[in-house]
Amino acid sequence: MDASEASGVPRIVTAGFDDPESYTIERYLARGGYQGLRKALGMDPEAVVAEVDRASLLGRGGAGFPAGRKWSMLRPDPVTYLVVNGDESEPATFKDHALIERNPHQIIEGTLIASYAVQASQAFIYVRGEFALGLERMQTALNEAYAYGAVGRDIFGSGFSIDIVVHPGAGAYICGEETALLESLEGKRGFPRIKPPYFPAAIGLYGQPTVVNNVETMANLPWIVLHGGAAFASLGAGRSTGTRMFALSGHVRRPGVYEVEMVKTTFRDLIFSEQLGQGLREGRTVKAFVPGGVSAPWFGPEQLDLPLGQDEVGAAGSMLGSGSVVVMDSSTCAVRAAWRITKFFFRESCGQCTPCREGSGWLERILYRIEHGRGREEDLEQLLDICDNIAPGLTWPPQMTTICVLGPSIPSSIHSAISMFRDEFLLHVKEGACPMSGGSHG
Amino acid sequence: MLDGRSVTARPGEVLIAAAERAGVFIPRFCYHPRMKPVGMCRMCLVEVASPRGPALQPSCFIPVTEGMEVVTTSERVKKAQDGVHEFLLINHPLDCPVCDKGGECPLQDQTLAYGPGESRFVEEKRHFEKPIALSNLVLLDRERCIQCGRCTRFAEEIAGEAQIDFAGRGERLEVAKFPTTSFSSYFSGNTVQICPVGALTATPYRFTARPWDLDQVESTCTTCALGCRVAVQSSANRLTRLLGIDVDPVNQSWLCDKGRYVFESVNGDEALVPGAAFAGEARPAGRGATVRLTQPLVRTHGELVPASWGEALGAAADGLRRVRAVGGPEAVAVLGGARLTNEGAYAWAKLAKGVIGTDSVDAQLGDGLPAELVLSLPRATIDEACRAKVLVTLTGDVREELPVLFLRVRQAVLSGATRLVELTYQTTSLTPYAAASLLMRSGDAPGLARLLVGGSAIASGAPFHPDGPPWSPAQLATARDLLAETPEGAGVVVLVGRPSLAEDASLVAEAVEVLANAWPAARFLPTLRRGNVHGALDMGFAPGLLPGRVSLEEGRAWFRRFWPTVPERTGRSGAAVLASLAGDLEDPDGASDQREAPKGPPIGALVLLGADPVGDFPDRQLAERALAAAEFVVVVGGHPSASLHHADVVLPAAVAHERPGTTTNVEGRVSRLGQKLVAPGLAWPDWMIAAELAASLGADLGFTSASAVLEEIGRVAPSYRGIDAAIEEGTHRDGVIVPLVGRGVERFEPIDPIATPGVESVERQGAPPRVGSARIGAWVVPVSVEGSGEGVPRLLSWPSYVAKRTSTRPTHVSPPDAYTLRLVSGRRLYDRGSAVLGSPSLVPLVPKAPARINPHDLDRFGIDDGDAVRVRSSRGSLVMRAEADPNVARGTVVIDFNLTVAVPDHRDAPGREALRRETTAEKDRRGTERPEDAQRELGASVLIDAMAPVTDIRLESL
Amino acid sequence: MSYFTPDRRAQAEELLSLYPKARSALVPLCHLAQEQDGWLRPEAMEEIAGLVGVTPAEVRGTATFYDMLHTEPVGTYLIAICTNIACLLDGAQELLEHAEELLGVRAGGTTEDGRFSLEEAECLADCDHAPCVQVNHRFVRAQTPEAFDQLVDDLVAGRVQETIPPHGTLCRVRRDGGLRVDRQQIAAERAAARAAKASRAAAADEAKPSSGGSS
Ligand SMILES: Cc1cc2nc3c(=O)[nH]c(=O)nc-3n(C[C@H](O)[C@H](O)[C@H](O)COP(=O)(O)O)c2cc1C
Ligand code: SF4
Ligand code: FES
Repeated sequence: MDASEASGVPRIVTAGFDDPESYTIERYLARGGYQGLRKALGMDPEAVVAEVDRASLLGRGGAGFPAGRKWSMLRPDPVTYLVVNGDESEPATFKDHALIERNPHQIIEGTLIASYAVQASQAFIYVRGEFALGLERMQTALNEAYAYGAVGRDIFGSGFSIDIVVHPGAGAYICGEETALLESLEGKRGFPRIKPPYFPAAIGLYGQPTVVNNVETMANLPWIVLHGGAAFASLGAGRSTGTRMFALSGHVRRPGVYEVEMVKTTFRDLIFSEQLGQGLREGRTVKAFVPGGVSAPWFGPEQLDLPLGQDEVGAAGSMLGSGSVVVMDSSTCAVRAAWRITKFFFRESCGQCTPCREGSGWLERILYRIEHGRGREEDLEQLLDICDNIAPGLTWPPQMTTICVLGPSIPSSIHSAISMFRDEFLLHVKEGACPMSGGSHG
Repeated sequence: MLDGRSVTARPGEVLIAAAERAGVFIPRFCYHPRMKPVGMCRMCLVEVASPRGPALQPSCFIPVTEGMEVVTTSERVKKAQDGVHEFLLINHPLDCPVCDKGGECPLQDQTLAYGPGESRFVEEKRHFEKPIALSNLVLLDRERCIQCGRCTRFAEEIAGEAQIDFAGRGERLEVAKFPTTSFSSYFSGNTVQICPVGALTATPYRFTARPWDLDQVESTCTTCALGCRVAVQSSANRLTRLLGIDVDPVNQSWLCDKGRYVFESVNGDEALVPGAAFAGEARPAGRGATVRLTQPLVRTHGELVPASWGEALGAAADGLRRVRAVGGPEAVAVLGGARLTNEGAYAWAKLAKGVIGTDSVDAQLGDGLPAELVLSLPRATIDEACRAKVLVTLTGDVREELPVLFLRVRQAVLSGATRLVELTYQTTSLTPYAAASLLMRSGDAPGLARLLVGGSAIASGAPFHPDGPPWSPAQLATARDLLAETPEGAGVVVLVGRPSLAEDASLVAEAVEVLANAWPAARFLPTLRRGNVHGALDMGFAPGLLPGRVSLEEGRAWFRRFWPTVPERTGRSGAAVLASLAGDLEDPDGASDQREAPKGPPIGALVLLGADPVGDFPDRQLAERALAAAEFVVVVGGHPSASLHHADVVLPAAVAHERPGTTTNVEGRVSRLGQKLVAPGLAWPDWMIAAELAASLGADLGFTSASAVLEEIGRVAPSYRGIDAAIEEGTHRDGVIVPLVGRGVERFEPIDPIATPGVESVERQGAPPRVGSARIGAWVVPVSVEGSGEGVPRLLSWPSYVAKRTSTRPTHVSPPDAYTLRLVSGRRLYDRGSAVLGSPSLVPLVPKAPARINPHDLDRFGIDDGDAVRVRSSRGSLVMRAEADPNVARGTVVIDFNLTVAVPDHRDAPGREALRRETTAEKDRRGTERPEDAQRELGASVLIDAMAPVTDIRLESL
Repeated sequence: MSYFTPDRRAQAEELLSLYPKARSALVPLCHLAQEQDGWLRPEAMEEIAGLVGVTPAEVRGTATFYDMLHTEPVGTYLIAICTNIACLLDGAQELLEHAEELLGVRAGGTTEDGRFSLEEAECLADCDHAPCVQVNHRFVRAQTPEAFDQLVDDLVAGRVQETIPPHGTLCRVRRDGGLRVDRQQIAAERAAARAAKASRAAAADEAKPSSGGSS
């Protein structure tokens, strides 16, 4: 992390992470906290939107939609809501967790700036239920912010008022999907809403126009307002501007959350740089890696030099998604990895759509069978055909037969694993056992 | 564009429905045309052109747009649909041979039609504990569930009470009730009907039949007077199942559970034989253990003994002739008739009025409204009521009385187009949807009606009460504001019924007159609820009326052309007949709707047409005295009743589903009844009994079949002119509204091929496009036949009614004092009527009636919730449990009608002992204990005084 | 009689006041009930149903969608071990098996004494400390079998009561008071802001009439 500062790249959202007390308001104010909000409240709301638009701030939740554009799409209505998505549950994604525990005030400040920009009537910060400490830190920070006059009535004497509510989730991955999140916030089960309407910006929380943004997206706003959209856009390249948090895990020496400049950094930098992942263990090589959450198709060593940019990764057939990179070294069993990822989708499917509800379980059972030595050769074609019935054509981005994209994400890892490591699958079938059993241990 | 051809859709129509109308059937499971689409099952995927190429979209959810290009037959669509189908099957048990749905299951059908021969699924299926009971009536097999959410959506969206909901997530998503309560909806049977697989099954049907053994006719439910359309299915001359059919203007595919399951009472296994049990007495447990009347009986030496039809008819004719010889035709009275078909009612009206010559004929037994008022009010259809700007209710709880009307009204109000104003004695199932719910006490209705139409409090004559009026002034203001927006009552529809049987009908009648006079443009939907009561009234089954909605005076000349005779004088109402028999008519406070009735000679003979005064008349004491005093009693009916004890001759009749004919519902819609069974034993249809009895009396009614009766109705009953032809060619399904004129437009009915298997199943209908649809030409525009020449009498109308009623004086209700409460006794869906008691599946659902009292009043009397109290009226007293109920207006005690009273909870409470003493004393007072008393026990009718305008109650704590 | 204790009843009222529609408080109220009893008793669900205006079946239906809400009793300590991909790569499966052996229950079960429930979790978002373990949703970072044994020891001995409250207690920080701005006031302020925006737009148009159609 020091590396980026040394190279002149600012730490926009992880500033202060080295400080064990970074989450308190005192430390936040000492870092210049709430200055962005003060500045924003002195601007016209449209000017704030314009600044964010200029920054080309892509959403950090996974879909990568430009925040400024999303805000401009809001249907004009006297009552609008802002919902901040801190439900982070995509496997191997843990950047929002870090942000919520270590920099809650910056999320709140960003939320206030966004609320002002879109003139929201009320804002909700939805925090994943399993983050007990995160909930406590976030609630404490909000209490402090109220006491400081940054939230509530007539903020900093500007005449602008708004309330923020911290809302706890209760354990369901699908509630990260924005329409499921809204259902959940309405006190219902987290069933994603069927489209149309296509965006919560038209019909969202309680049927009102609603902006849903990720917590990291929010945390970028104070810096953008203070330094200007142009300064943000000067970092990175193309559409992928600014810095971004990446969660690095798996078979690396130093897993962790790293804020790096977009595009200017590559996967190889992230995994091997001394200041970042510090590479793999002795004698191990990269077998494959997941570039953006387990919904994303896998990459192999040949993609290590791809830059961390949304369009660059997209063009290579996967996605930067939630900003999580999982490295699998040569000891990894591809069948086991694909099985575990599929099991995740099976357990987390909301159950509305037949292909997702039934297909995920079917795929999981077949993969389990193969991994445990009871596979058949025809299982491979069958796996792919079942995948094809969920996401016809197995294209990227996927075609859908379902309401949300959880379903069509299921095939990613299976399709990747079979295309990249077909022989390994066949070996399982032939040997009637996992050829690398026990080998997946670091 | 649909598969390359051009198709037009209606605004907002979803693709699947537009395609269906165009003859393209898209497979589906979760979509139901009467519920909001959810797009969950993904079976209906089709390709829709988009800027980024064709995309798979759920056709049940996507509204059709101009220029949309849709492909339903491509390889991609087929693969997607096959894929979904395969997914649905992988965890579905292939237990079709033991599944109730086997043979009519869309999942099974599609598997056979398109599915691959062998399953690729070699993994272990998901397992659940075998069927769990969601309620007495509905079982759930979770293994078979395909998570379409039809049942849970029905419960929430249509019935408005989500007693079942999805639980869990993903593959473990299951339908569940709350552990400590049950799925006790009045509408639960609909979920079984709309379940596309065999996951939900009904206990009364489970394992009784296989669909391919079933034979079916379409008919109309006559359990209440709404007239829901049904498919009646039987196997081996036993009814096995009723299914709702989608008729847009009436039930829109839904049924209530009472209508769906009371068929059990038709399946009578046991004939009543002399000396055997009377109604409801302990019978063998199990299915269809219902006692039916199957054999004519004649009282000989004090005992009812079996007789031939000839003997019985002869005995009946002799008795009637004897009484008439002494007292004239008016000494004969005919009560009941609401259970008859229109044909039966007309035949009996012709016999009574046209042969015997008595006008003391009444289908209503003190639970109705003055017939002339009902027939004179400008009538609304159900659709009009559900399109009204303001819907005013002055009736009992609609969900209890006409359940499916509740569903319709609820939807209407939820749509936002209709605002609801309630005038009621207690919170009802519609209260949560009401813009204003005006609580009143029994006796307040006329005064409140005057206030509602703009009168001042003083002019309204609202009676003084120490607590002030029970309604909230704010709600009254809201209601008045709403109604002020509808000048002359344009767009106002009023539901008019009997919110309480413990008050005289004249109170509601007076209130209705106030409303009708103040709102000349308003329309009225009478909510009289008994079976075919509206058909019976239309057939002249009330004093002062002749068939076809004409008055006796107006129609006398016309009917002389067709009938041997026509009564000389207006007769007595049912209540007045009983009062006269009991010797109570001289009472100065006499039954008020009887005030103008001539005091004729004493009644000598009583013909009871499916009527049971002892069990059904609000004032049980009066009814018992009346029957005891009657000289000669003929009972015609299908089931034994408490009144049978007094019968001299018993003539067994066919009941619902055992006779063809027509019926008329609340809005005047005439629809066909299908005959599915042959009546048991020697029972005959009612029209035939009338014709044969007439013959025994030396007259020829002139018909030899039900259709011949209908033909005569269509010829002579003015409001039914042309009915026989119309009902033939109009439609077998919708029926037609009388009076008729012209043809309506062709209409396309949505029919859910999954919800109504056997009705329009894939098998029966063959290949699409016929599946799921019916083209209907409806007669919808009613007109008067006034001025159609040939001396046809004029129909009753509001102006003629008003002209006649110049002498109306308000019913005088003396204000209650601080120590009295006013009794309200309303109807519950499941009561102790013979239909419910004859249906083993429903019997456990019959509640007990506590005395429900506002907590404020209980406090005043120093009584605790659950205490035993003595409830005393001028007629009698009951010891029962008091229940604090904030839903009841202050100053009121509610004891629901025709239920056994609830006894105190605590077993050793002093009330328990008092109750025992009380009951014994009551039995002693009435003489020897009779079996029907033992089983009926005691209810509100012990307290009600039919001779008083309202019944006042005193509470004594024990 | 209320299911909630008086203090929690007051908290429930406050939760309800935070949302434009009562039903939104359903999940927070379920957490509150779990704080009281460790799980959702039927009485709790009935009370919540009344508070938010749905049926008890809907409360149960909604609650059972969420992994953290339990309609059956759970142990005082709910130990969750993530076995998802990042943790799997670092030996999570083996750690889970070790835990099953040590506690004598399979994942999904509760020890007979009601002290421990064991759960196989999906990713808990602490993958840089894989395999990831939580007790009552507090991260404990017991990544090795030895560390896990120590953890169980500490729990049994009551050494970590300070940091790990019994199951059901989630967020121990209460909101400082309810909403500060009433909805009417917000509506009025937003209307005023809209008017201000319109006049700014009009002024901007006037300022540069020649540029034409700048919107
Ligand atoms: C299955 C699924 C899970 C998701 N989970 C999350 C999540 O945990 N956190 C998140 O911020 N976005 C998540 N998203 C993305 C959201 O739907 C949404 O795009 C995002 O919150 C918008 O914020 P942004 O524009 O700031 O990225 C998920 C999407 C899907 C389809
Ligand atoms: S795709 Fe899966 S998770 Fe998404 S809505 Fe459908 S069933 Fe639910
Ligand atoms: S998704 Fe259209 S019918 Fe089920």
